[in-house]
Parts: sequence; C-alpha cells; structure tokens
Amino acid sequence: MLHSVPALLRRSSPAPLDRSTDDLGGPGGPRALARAGLRGVAQLARSERFATVGRLAGALTTPLLPADYLGLVAPLTLGADLKGRIIGRRAETADATTLLIRPGRGWRPHTPGQYVRLGVDVDGVRHWRAYSVTSRPAPDLLAVTVKRIAGGKVSGHLVDAARPGQLVMLDQATGDFVVPDGPPPSALFVTAGSGITPVMGILRSRPDLADVVLVHSAPRRVDVVFGPELRALAAAGRVRLIERHTDTDGLLHLAELDALVPDWRARQAWVCGPAGLLDAAESHWDTAGLGEVLHVERFRPVVAATGEGGHVSLARQGLELDAEGDRPLLDSAEDAGALMPSGCRMGICFGCAVPLTFGAVRDLRTGELTTAEPGDGVVIQTCITAPAGPCEIDA
Amino acid sequence: MTLTAPTPTTSTDHAPARPTTRTPARLTATHTEVRHFVPKPSGDPDPAGHLSPAQIDALAAELDGLRDEVLATRGAADAAYIRRIIAVQRGLEAGSRLVLLFSKHKGAWVVGTAGLSVAKILENMEIGHNVMHGQWDWMRDPKIHSTAWEWDNASPSSQWKHSHNQIHHTFTNVLGRDNDLGYGILRVDEDQRWHPVYLAQPVWNVLNAVVFQYSIALYDLELARYLKRRGRHTDAERERFRRDALGVARKTGRHVLRDYVLHPLASALVSGSTRSTMTANLTANLARNLWTNAVIICGHFPEGVATFSKASIEDETRGEWYLRQMLGSANISGGPALHLMSGNLSHQIEHHMFPDLPSNRYAQIAPRVREIFARYDLPYATGPMPVQLASVWAKVFRYSLPNGAWDDLRAQPVPTLARWVRDRLRRR
Repeated sequence: MLHSVPALLRRSSPAPLDRSTDDLGGPGGPRALARAGLRGVAQLARSERFATVGRLAGALTTPLLPADYLGLVAPLTLGADLKGRIIGRRAETADATTLLIRPGRGWRPHTPGQYVRLGVDVDGVRHWRAYSVTSRPAPDLLAVTVKRIAGGKVSGHLVDAARPGQLVMLDQATGDFVVPDGPPPSALFVTAGSGITPVMGILRSRPDLADVVLVHSAPRRVDVVFGPELRALAAAGRVRLIERHTDTDGLLHLAELDALVPDWRARQAWVCGPAGLLDAAESHWDTAGLGEVLHVERFRPVVAATGEGGHVSLARQGLELDAEGDRPLLDSAEDAGALMPSGCRMGICFGCAVPLTFGAVRDLRTGELTTAEPGDGVVIQTCITAPAGPCEIDA
Repeated sequence: MTLTAPTPTTSTDHAPARPTTRTPARLTATHTEVRHFVPKPSGDPDPAGHLSPAQIDALAAELDGLRDEVLATRGAADAAYIRRIIAVQRGLEAGSRLVLLFSKHKGAWVVGTAGLSVAKILENMEIGHNVMHGQWDWMRDPKIHSTAWEWDNASPSSQWKHSHNQIHHTFTNVLGRDNDLGYGILRVDEDQRWHPVYLAQPVWNVLNAVVFQYSIALYDLELARYLKRRGRHTDAERERFRRDALGVARKTGRHVLRDYVLHPLASALVSGSTRSTMTANLTANLARNLWTNAVIICGHFPEGVATFSKASIEDETRGEWYLRQMLGSANISGGPALHLMSGNLSHQIEHHMFPDLPSNRYAQIAPRVREIFARYDLPYATGPMPVQLASVWAKVFRYSLPNGAWDDLRAQPVPTLARWVRDRLRRR
C-alpha cells in the first residue's frame, strides 16, 4: 500500500479534522459560531492595535488571564501555551505508529527534517520528548512517527494508548538536520531504525531532490518504518533505496559505502540513527576530510546518566560543587557557600523548589529518580533530593 | 513560543531576605532516643506520654508507608480531578459574572452572587491553597504549579506560601513560633500571655472574619512585627517590607478595580446594573471571607487540640513531628460537599500529616489514619462544623480574660478588673 505525502494529508482531512470538533458541537453549529467569535476576540486581544483591549480583558479576569478561561473552551485557538490535538493515527509497523496532530494557531510550520518536542501526560505526569516531523510543512497539520522503545514511558503511551481527540503540548519545531537553501544537492541519507523519520519528512516535502540515495538499516524487512512508501518511491525512480536487514545481513559498516554508493564523497550526507552509527559516521567523513558535508541528527538519550551523587552546577550563582548521593542537595549546596531558597527542610513546604535544567536527582524518601533534559525545567525540592549524576540547577 | 520553566518567585524573592532558621533535618531523624517533650508553663502533661520512643518511630514508619501507598497510586485520575475542578470553577465564575451583568433583576442577583461566592471559595480553598502547597507539582504542568500559581486573594502567593507553608506547617501549634495560633490578634491558648486588648477579642474575631482576605495579607506581611521593631530595621528589612507591601497594594488595587469598577461598569453598559453588581461582588467576597475563616479557625482552635512549648521541638524527630501534627489539628465531619468547599481542610489532620498529598486523597486515607490514632491511643479531634465553631467561640470568650479570671470575676467583678489593668500597666 502506498502512502505518498499528498495521501497522508488527504486521509487526515477533512474527516479527522471534523472529528476533533465533535466535542465542541460540530462544524456549523451554534458552538462553532461561538468558537469563531472567541477566535475573533482572541485575535483582537493579540493584535498590537488592540493591546488596550487585551489589558482591559486582563483586568476583568485578574489574577488569571482571559486565555485561562477561553483556553478551556477552545484549547487550539487560544491560550498562551501551544497545544495540538491528535486527530488520527496509523500503525506503520508492529511497534511504530504515526500520529496526525492538528496544532494550535500559534504553530509555525517546520522546515523538513526538523523535530518537534511533544509534552505528553502519562499517568498524570507531563513528559517532553522530541520527535521528527514526518509530514510536509503545513499550518494546520503535522505528523510524527513514534517507535516504541523497550520500557519507554512516553513512546509506549503514544504508540499504544494515545487516541484521537487527546491534547498534547507542543513546542515550535527546531533542529538543523535540514536541506540547506539553494539548488538541491545530490544527497546521501544513511539511516537506521527510527532514524528514517526526519528523512521521510524531507523526501515527502522536497520532490525537487532529484538525486537521492538512501541506505536504511532495520532488523528485518517488516521492521522498516515507511517500508512500502520508500519502496514505491524507489520504484518511481525518486530515490535509489538500499535496504539493509541487519538480522540477516549484519550491521552496516561505513567502509561498505565505497561499494554501495561509489560516489558518496560527491554527495551531501545526512545520517540519523543510534549513537554508534553517528559516531562512526563522524569519524568516517572526518577521515575523508569531508566533515562539512555531513549532517547528523542526535537525539539525547532518554535517561540522563544516573549514579550516586554527582557534580552540581548552580547556573545563576556560577557555583560548582560535588554533592554526595545520600545528603539533601540543599545541605550540600549551602555547605559549598551557595545561597539557596529553603523552608521546612523536610519536603512539605516547597519553599526550596528550583528548576532542574539538566541531570538526575533522587528523592531521598522514595528513591524515585527525576531526570531533566535541557528545556524541561523540572522543578525539584532540594531539601529531599540528592544528585544522581551530574546536575544543572537554575539557582 | 518556547516553553520555559516557571520562575520560582517565592524562593528567589525571599531567600536572601528571609532566611529560615536552620532546623534539624526531620527527614532523616527517624530514630527517637528519648521523647523530646518540654511542658508548657501551664504544665499540661505530654499528650503522647504513653508512647515509648520505639512506638513513636513505629508510628512514623507506618505513616511514611501510608504516604508511599498514596504516592504509588497517584496518577491520571488525580490529574483529571484537579483539572476538572479548575474547569468547573472557571466556568462557574465566568457564568456567574455573565449573569451578574443583569443583576438589577433580583433573580439574577441571587443566582449570580451565589455562583460567584461558590467559585471564589473553590478558587481559594480546593484549588489555590492546595496548588500552592505543591500538592499538584508532581504533574509537572507549569500552569498548575506551586511556583506559578496566583490566587484570588489579597495576599500575593509568594508571601502567603512563606508564612503558611514554611512557618505554619513546620512549626504547627508551637507557641511563639506558629503565628497562626490566634494570628496575633486572638488569644486561643492558656499559655498565650494575656493583654487588655484581648478583652474585645470576640469583636476582633468577627472583624477578622469579615475582612479575612485583607487580614491574611497584613498577617503575611508581618505588619505587626515590622511596626514593633520600628527604628531598628536594617536597610534590607525595610526594602523587603516596602516591596512586599507594594505587592499587596498592587494586587488589592487590581482586585478592587475588577470587582468594584470594571465589572459594575460592564453591567452598566449592558443593563444599567452598576450598583447591584457592586453589591453582588461585595457579597461574594464577604461570603468567601466568612466561610474560609470559619473553616480555618475550626482547624486548630477547637477544644481538644494540643499546643506545644518552643523547647519541645528541639531535636524533634520525624515521629515526633507527625505526633505534633496529629495532636495539633482538628477535622470537620460532614459530606462530600463540605469537604470540597473546605478545600478538604475538613481533613485538617490528614492535611497536616501529609501536606503535599493531593487533596482528593485525604478523604480516602482518613479511615486508615483514624484507625492508627485509635491503635496508638491518640485523640482524633473531629466534629460537625457547628460544634467545632461553638468550641472555638467558647475559647475566644474564655481566653479574652486572664486564666482563671471568669471565676474571680463572678465572685468580685469590679476589684478584679481593676487589679488586671493595674497589673498590666505596672508590668509595662
């Protein structure tokens, strides 16, 4: 079965878009009219000319913002936080699923190859994860393809449990794993596993890429995400597809490129996959003196390195210290001369809460691990947590 | 739009200016060698005197276990609960304010005022108080987070969190440390020193309830303490006070503008209901003040609630901290509506034992907690709201006079009064 990009978009609209409005009364109904009205009010409130209107509305709703009320009625139209609604899903392989998401009005269409961070509530707790956008850039639709990671909280939830209608938090798309401006280059994509996702986004969006070689690795033929679509593209002559089934053929060694893609040196290269592949690619292209034509997409490991105690940096105070794993971080930091907010020193008052911007800490009461990646800003209580690895704290 | 971590306003605002006294880490002090109890001047015996140190530690372990049980099952249903309450509250508030646009019609006034009162109560109690406690921080939703929440109350959240979460919840019912014991205007314990000003405390109690949101703001500002130290302030103290006072003034200004100018103005434009909208908003604020005050004085002042001397918390262990929370709080018995409208502070005992557990879980663990009280032979102070309120009022009257004074007064009214005033003046 063929899933070309237009098909992807056609399948998702208009039916799934309508479905997402069912809970609001359906299109054309009185609630849709009300929603259109709200949208108008919101636009008015946002525009510079009517800043006074916004201030007035704010004065009517203080201490909340008008968006706090309106966001409950029309989460995608209004509100300060960018959200998206899942409007459709499609299984790609046994453990990969594509989610179609209708983003809120603040969404700026991505550049093909970029990723988007999704904030997903799993068991009531918000987690942020980055996924490559696999659809073509559009103001009202984006698709991500999620592969289930063994033991992965978020990927498991998205693949198995997420259903149309559900809201997710969105960040604007970002990343520089993109085809540069200018005339389309001859391209080589080397991907493995879910590393195909940003490349699929590029292939779907850039029909002008005429000279493309794709070397993709997956354990077996059935595990190839977008397998049918890639093979269709190959059959149509858009790409030269080299599938590597590692269960039978073994892992790809980049030295094999000379045989597989004899002109690989003459191509701009994009590599996305496990860290081992990326490291190998960087040294392979560097050795050839071609480091500048290589683009890699490196997703951070899901769990920060954990251990007992760790090096802590307090970003605002510019202070560094080594903290033990069995003492509250608050005590360690204070002993190192840091000025820390504090309160009850027993975990009940939240007076010591500061954002953990990177790293892992352990709750001394439960042993539970909390990890943060840049941008997460998970707020932790320093009086009841100890570092479980290197940490960066916004204090 | 980028997502940024909520700025922890409380912590950074107050950390340098308001250092909290370094106290022993009750988190780790799980072993009780000897009971650290020092009687108050009145000499009341240890209400937990029948427990051995080993029993106190066993109690702590059992309560930690109960806490862990709740934490292990905390999840999507709890998150859905608070989001539902927030949605209902906002819908009710917006709906009530819309109805009040036509408040010159009696029916609209009654419906809108009732709705707005309930919305304001929900906002302050089940949502504001509990979110600012950090009960929902685990969801990692930057919108429903203790470091980001601002409530519809004159006291800015940063100041309230300091005096409530840090002082009151850590030093619960410790004479001289927990200012919530009478808020500095009421004498509710025989070990609080008498002053002639307390003669009128039944009046103060009513006035306090009527303007409760403003008295909380002044109280969180530590106005009384600031005035008492006049002339001896450091520059930092002065600066902090100025900033905090400005925060209260600004917030109060915004709320007054909202409730008494803008919404009445909107009503004027829609239906000429200016005055009736003003009275409706005034009534809703008053209803919220009276209700929240009633719930809160029922939490620590009724008969049967213990208070503690300053010395008894030195080297206090985790088990002893639990004991103080258990013996220093009182519940209000009633149905689900009462629990919701009181922000589940009708489970004040459970709340003080586990201040950071989601409020919707207190009712669930209450029977277990009660069973533990019974097993350790500890008094579980609870009763219907009228009974608890009457009990508080009895204390307000009793302690308006010096200890033992009601008896003297009955016997020799005039000489007794004269003697107290004379004694008081001489002591100054």
